[in-house]
Parts: sequence; C-alpha cells; structure tokens
Amino acid sequence: MNAPLGTLDRPNSYIGRSVSRPNAKRLLAGRGRYVTDLVLPRMLHAAFLRSPYAHARIVSIDVAEARAMPGVRLIAAGADLAKLCKPWSGTLDHFKGMKSASQLPLPLEEVLWAGQAVVAVVADTRAQAEDAAEAIAVEFEELPPVVDVDTAREPDADRAAVAVSDNLCFGSRLDTGGIDEIFAEAAHVVEEEFHFGRHTAVTLEPRAILADWDASEGKLTVHHATQTPYQFQDLYSRHYGIPEASVRVVAPDIGGSFGMKLHVYHEDMAVVGLSMLCGRPVKFVADRIESFVSDIHARDHRVRARMALDAEGTILAMDVDDVTAIGAFSTYPRTSAVEGNQVIRLMGAPYRFDSYRAELSVVFQNKVQTSQYRAVGHPIACAVTERLVDMAAARAGVDPVSLRERNLIPDDAYPCASPTGYQFEALSHQKSLARLKALMGYDALRAEQAALRERGIHRGIGIASFVEISNPSPAFYGIGGARISAQDGAVLAVTPAGEVRCQISVTEQGQGTETIIGQIVADQLGIAREQVRVITGDTENTPHGGATWACRGAGIGGETALQAARKLRGNVLSLAATILQARPGDLDMRNSVVVDRLSGMERIDLSEIARIAYFRSDTLPKDASAQLTVAHHHAPQGYPFAFTNGVQGCHVELDVETGFVKILKHWVVEDCGRIINPLLVDEQVRGGVVQGLGAAFFEECRYDENGQLTNGSLADYLVPMAGEMPDIVIAHIETPTADTALGAKGCGEAGTAAASAAALNAVNDAMAPFGASIAQIPMTPTRLLRALGTI
Amino acid sequence: MTAAVPVTITINGETLTRLAEPRETLADFLRRDLGLTGTHAGCEMGVCGACLVMLDGVPVHACLTFAVQAGGAAVETVEGLSESAVIADLQRAFHGRNALQCGFCTPGMLVTAHGLLTRKAMPSREEIRDALSGNYCRCTGYEAIVDAIEAVARCRAAGETAAASLEEPA
Repeated sequence: MNAPLGTLDRPNSYIGRSVSRPNAKRLLAGRGRYVTDLVLPRMLHAAFLRSPYAHARIVSIDVAEARAMPGVRLIAAGADLAKLCKPWSGTLDHFKGMKSASQLPLPLEEVLWAGQAVVAVVADTRAQAEDAAEAIAVEFEELPPVVDVDTAREPDADRAAVAVSDNLCFGSRLDTGGIDEIFAEAAHVVEEEFHFGRHTAVTLEPRAILADWDASEGKLTVHHATQTPYQFQDLYSRHYGIPEASVRVVAPDIGGSFGMKLHVYHEDMAVVGLSMLCGRPVKFVADRIESFVSDIHARDHRVRARMALDAEGTILAMDVDDVTAIGAFSTYPRTSAVEGNQVIRLMGAPYRFDSYRAELSVVFQNKVQTSQYRAVGHPIACAVTERLVDMAAARAGVDPVSLRERNLIPDDAYPCASPTGYQFEALSHQKSLARLKALMGYDALRAEQAALRERGIHRGIGIASFVEISNPSPAFYGIGGARISAQDGAVLAVTPAGEVRCQISVTEQGQGTETIIGQIVADQLGIAREQVRVITGDTENTPHGGATWACRGAGIGGETALQAARKLRGNVLSLAATILQARPGDLDMRNSVVVDRLSGMERIDLSEIARIAYFRSDTLPKDASAQLTVAHHHAPQGYPFAFTNGVQGCHVELDVETGFVKILKHWVVEDCGRIINPLLVDEQVRGGVVQGLGAAFFEECRYDENGQLTNGSLADYLVPMAGEMPDIVIAHIETPTADTALGAKGCGEAGTAAASAAALNAVNDAMAPFGASIAQIPMTPTRLLRALGTI
Repeated sequence: MTAAVPVTITINGETLTRLAEPRETLADFLRRDLGLTGTHAGCEMGVCGACLVMLDGVPVHACLTFAVQAGGAAVETVEGLSESAVIADLQRAFHGRNALQCGFCTPGMLVTAHGLLTRKAMPSREEIRDALSGNYCRCTGYEAIVDAIEAVARCRAAGETAAASLEEPA
C-alpha cells in the first residue's frame, strides 16, 4: 500500500486490507450452489442434436422414432421456437457498416458451424434426452465451408452464411497521416507477421441454465450461470415478449466465466422457449465436448505490423494490419468486433509516439463464433507491440529495458492521449518498469544468462509493458444501442437488529466481489464487516446494473457501495442526532456505536437506533425521518475508461533439442489504482497470468480444412496445469483515479494482457543465439523446433 | 440400456442401497441420487479432477467409475470429509490463502491434497505441483493452492492443529 487513504481511513478500516472471503467457506465445504446442482419440482432436461458439418442446408428432419422413446416430452426444431422468439443480430450502431446474419435459437434452413444445435429434445432425464437425440435423422446438404481468412475475402468467395453479402463483418481504419513517409525515412524499421491461435475459456463449470416458465402468472424465472443477470432479464423479456418485471434471472454460484458466460447462446435462448412449450422447468448443462463446440472462442488474429524508430531508438510510428476471424456471425449482444477494435486501439499504448495507421478486418468463417474473453484484445496488441520493441532494441543494439525506458510515456506527462484516441488520466509506466527491474534482479539475470549460454543452457528473459482498460462508461456498449448498463446500483439498509444488508448489482464469480463490497460498506459506515451481508446475482433482489465484466466490479460497483454507505451513514447520524438532541456533524459511528466525533465517547448503539426506528417510531419527534434504507446508483463520469498499467517479466529455459520450454518464474508490477484487498488483487493477477501463459504455450482450438474442430476435448486441448506453471511474484504501484472517491480501477485483465507477450519475448530471447525467431502463439515444441530449423 | 440394479455403498460412513442403471457413473449417482452436489462434473472424462472422491482411502475419479463398480466400497465425498473434520486444516488454509476463486475445482483439490498428505507428510513444492497434475483450475493459477497445501504439511509436521492464516487480524 502506498497511496494515502484520506477520507477512506476510517475507524473500521478495511480498505487496503487482505481479508479473506466469507462466501468461500461454503465452497470449501462442498456447499456451493451452482446452476449445475439445481433441481426443481417437475424439472425436465434438454439435449441437442448438433450439426456434423461446418456449413450445410437442412433438407429434412425426421423425429418420429425419437418422439416414441422413453421419457421424451418434446422435440423442437427451428420453426417451433421461431414462433415464440424474436430473432437477433449481433451488431452495434457505432461500428459503422457492421453486418451479421439474423439468428434464432435453432436454425430454420442453414447450419453455420460444426456443432451448432439443430434440434432440441426434452425428456425426463438427461440420458433419455441424449438417447432420443441420437435417434433423430437429419438430412443435410453440404455447402462449401469458409475456413481460411484470405480465401474468405476474395471477391468471388463462398459466403459463410447465405444471408450476408460477403464475408467482411466489419472493417475499420485509423490513420494519423504521413505514415509511408515516416517509414521511408526512419533509421530503423522492424516488421513481423504474427499469428494468434484460437482458444477458449474452458471454465470448470460448463454453461448451465434452468428456465422455469409459469404460465399461471406469466412469469419466467431463469437460473443462469452468467456474469450479467440484468442483461439477460432484458433479453429474455424482449425476445420472448414477456414484461421485464415478470422475468427474473438468478445467477447463483458460478463455476468460472471470464467473459464467456455473458454472451447469448442458442441453446440458452432455446431452453427458455422449451420451458414455455412444456410448461415445466427445463435444464440444460453443456457437457465438455459441447462446450468446446459452442462456447465462444477467442483471439484468432493474424497481424502484420511494423514499427519505425529514429537513430537514437525513439519510436516514431506504427503501422498495423489485423485480420481476425470470428465465426459465421457476430455474437449477440456485445458483437464479435470489440476485440479487433481494441487490438488496433491498444497498439503501442504504453509508448510515446504520434503517428499511427491501422486497418482492421473482421471476417466471417464457418467455425464457432469468437467474442469477448478475459482481456479482450489486450494480449494481441501487447504481444505485437512488445515483440516489435524487442526487435527494435536488437536492431538498434540496445538492451530491451533501455529501449523501453527511452520510449515509455513519462510518469509526469499525464493527462495525455494515445495516437489511437485513448485518453490517459494518470499511469506509472516508468515507476513500474524500474520496480520490475529491481524485483527481477534484471542485471543479474542477464549475467547469469550469458554464463549459462557458455554451457549450452538457453534461458530467455522477456519484458512486456501494458495498458489495461477498466471502468467502462456507456462509450463501450450503450452508445451503440445495446441495453448493457454502465452504471450500478445498491440498496443499503440497517436491519431491525442493527446489522447491514447491501443488495448490489455487481456479481460474484469467485474474484471476491462480495468481499470487497462488504469491506467498503463496513469501512464507510463504521461497523465490523461481519455485520454486513452482501447480496448479488438476482434481478428480483438487487437494483439494475451492469454487473461484472470488463473490470468494473471494484471501480464502479465499489464506488456505488461507497456512496450508498456514506448516504446511509448520514441518515443514521441524523436520526441519532434527533434521538440524542445533538448535531449530526458532532457524531460519528465506530464499531456499530454512534460516538461523539471528537471525544469518541459512546452515545448510542446502532441496534438501539434501529429498534427505535422500526418498532418505537412513536417516541420520535413528528418531523423526524427514519430512513434506514437508501438506494444509490453510480455511473462513470469523466474519463470514458479508467486505464491501468503495469509491466511483466518472464524467465524461461528452452530445451533446443526437444523444443520444450520450462517457465522458470514470472513477475508482475501492476497499478490498478486504489487497492481494496491486496490478497484478492494478487490472486486475480496470478490467475490472469496463467491464462495468458496457457495461450502462449498450450491452448489452441485446431480446425481442419473442412472446418472441423479436431481437438475439442480436455484430453486433446491443453490447458495450463500446476506442474507447468511457475511461481509468480507480484508488486504494486498505486495511482488512484481522481474520477471517484474510492479511486479504484480494474485488475482482472492485467495478468492475461501481457503474460503471453512477456513469454513470447522470453522465448525469442532464448533463441537469439541461433538466429531463430517465432511470431506465433501457442509456441508449441513443434513450432519452436521449426523455428530453430531442427525440423 | 439395461434395467437398474441394486447397489450397496458406504457413503460418508453410512451404508445405503439404491437402484442404479449400470451406465450411471458414481459422479451422477452421488450428485443426482444422493444430492451430494459437492462432487462436481467438469469434463466427465477423468482429466479435470473436479469429481475426485476418496474410494476405499484412495482418490478416484467419480466420473470414470460406474456406481455399480463402487458396490461394497467406502466412498468419502467433500461433504463427508468436511463433517469428519479430517480436512479442516486444509480448508482453513485454503480460505486464509484465498486458494480458491469460483470454487468448482476446490472439492477435487481438497481430495487430492488429502490423498497426497496421507501418502507423504512433507512434500516439496514440486511434488505438490506434480500431485495436482490431474486437477485443473482456471481461476487461481495454482500458486495459492500449492502454498496452502505446503502450509498444512508444515503445520502437521510441527504438530500444530491449525494451519497458518495469511489473514490480518480483523
């Protein structure tokens, strides 16, 4: 902790403290309640027959045999659900010229990827539903699959979906001007073609949904493993024509999400309709194989990029072309264009230069759709930038850290803007890099590296500076017409027993949302945190809000809780002043007791105030107002995003005989502004780093030329496991945002944003003596041996 | 598909007989038939480790074991291990070190840790990481889990009952 607390330093001080999570005890005892676990009376189970082809026309569907099988209650195809559900299209208005095919829960005529759900079966048990799905006969007429991004963009290319005029979903161009001239005259130009594989979230709990339509009162209740219950309340209401107040979405314990569980999935929309058709609760849990072919995938970029520098090694300009393939349509309601848009806008973000040109092409193809997943766009922009910086350092003959020191935006240069238009309030790149260098023992590592090379041991050191987007304002989605809230709401009440209940719209997936909200409320009110009960994840029990995504829980949700707590404290002290015939300004609350602010003398317990307010209001003066419940909403104002920053270091050892890489250690210096709970922040960063290292070395959804996913199981798709992962050292710089009283920014993307970039640089550093290089992740042993010329 | 057959298993100390289809896995049997939902199904192919239970004192994948195969055996799930308090120090250490986030992998992690520390009192960090090679966690990055298990091993070796907690005093 190094930022002064100011008004956050209260008698019951919890801000900046490593306290553990009260709600984690339940999970440790096996008493978590995930959607996967839920059982409702008369509940039925859904299973789906899926397309075996990447692109095909549905000729006929024969369900006669399946319908007669044991336990089968309903079989529904596209037309059955189209009668109930309005179609959707994944575009945003502020992405000019963007297009995408209209979608329904189940397709009417055309299937667009291998694994797309085609027919739904509802039966008494999951096994019966799966048995019956196997007995359905669908005749498909194969259509040419669009797989390759270059072929897809040729003028006479086959189309990934019949409904779109060509395969370009969205294109964008940024140009500050004069780029060609700068590159022509630059002392140093480095360039590279990068390939970033597709990977996917692989949350340990698969997607799960339980829809319960009650026709008697026209009410839909959906238990949904999602980050964003309010977004889905709105969607189910509008697409199924149910009044919003009659739709309740409950998100209980969630077994991981990382952005994956906030998109509309066809099966999920179908399950709502299936419950309406059956008049009974219907549950669907994706199995792991289904997850691989229907959860969103992420990344899949080919980036050609170059960087120009002057003779002193000062960055002059970047020129970038990003082609990203997103599947056959854009995901709803957040689209599949946000990642590419962030890739081209985050390029070079830590560095001071003025000239930039970028072209983005978002391309349709017949694969699973891609969309937002942890650190949207960041790892691509960071890896491209940081690898070019390392290449430039080599070209200029200077140490990679020195080149960064020369080019990072100085800590005293804020506020300032990037050449791509991002506004930076205050960042700490220089301080962070200096801290990282000390933390790593950078100079000693370099000396050790040189000594070991003499002995045939090839270690590499990689550095990656990064910028992270957090606390998004309506500029993210609202401006594009999507009903995705940028504000959050909290209702805070003193209960009759003098405890406090906080109902808040941010949600919990294990990152510790409820814990930090409890810390903030307790701190600001002046009570022990054990006295605060935080309630999240239920549209019927919390106010409307954006919930948890894009690193907004602490920054926006936390400020909402802080302001609500200050409001409630004011009401409590005002009522106490009435009871005590004192002035509110002379009072304070400490440990649930109202005290004289100056002397600290105890005057009256909070529980006594609550008793009087709730049960003996007759003893209060006529004009007394006992408002022990308050509501507060907070939306970001000021900067459109609260940018954070940091830098990572990665140390690897490459076995040049086998191509295997051992990750020896990883370091992160991170600045997320005000730290509410250092323990939780560090674990967010560690988890994020490991997701980035997974992408760097292991994770890839591999397709064949027919658009078939060839490694869609946990036996074939490699995820980072304990044995391959290093210990991760973390340090912090604190630069609070002045946009809020709390000053917190996000930390959830930071680890993932730069880990693969640092790893890419480290492996290239290890290969440098061989004159070899790699510009593709994951860096598999085969690819590394190819890069080394061994195979 | 064949008809359900009676299976007698001792689960968390209680011997019970239920009908189970031969194709029903032990994981489904525990979760669906007995309501023991602390055992999780993450991959249903024996890779992720979320479904690990103790079967006759050894960690096994409940998703790879048919319920009928467990006939006559003694099975302990996270619920039973919690109630008997044999993993109480592991649970405290996981809590204090924040060695879990979403919690879905956690019961399997606890079973692996329990099995490891039963086999070997003072494993090295590398041995702990190796023992966790069949437990997938997407949230934590593993280090906190390794720390928690290592702390419990040290405390047990020192004869302490309570694991060290990193939590500051409230």
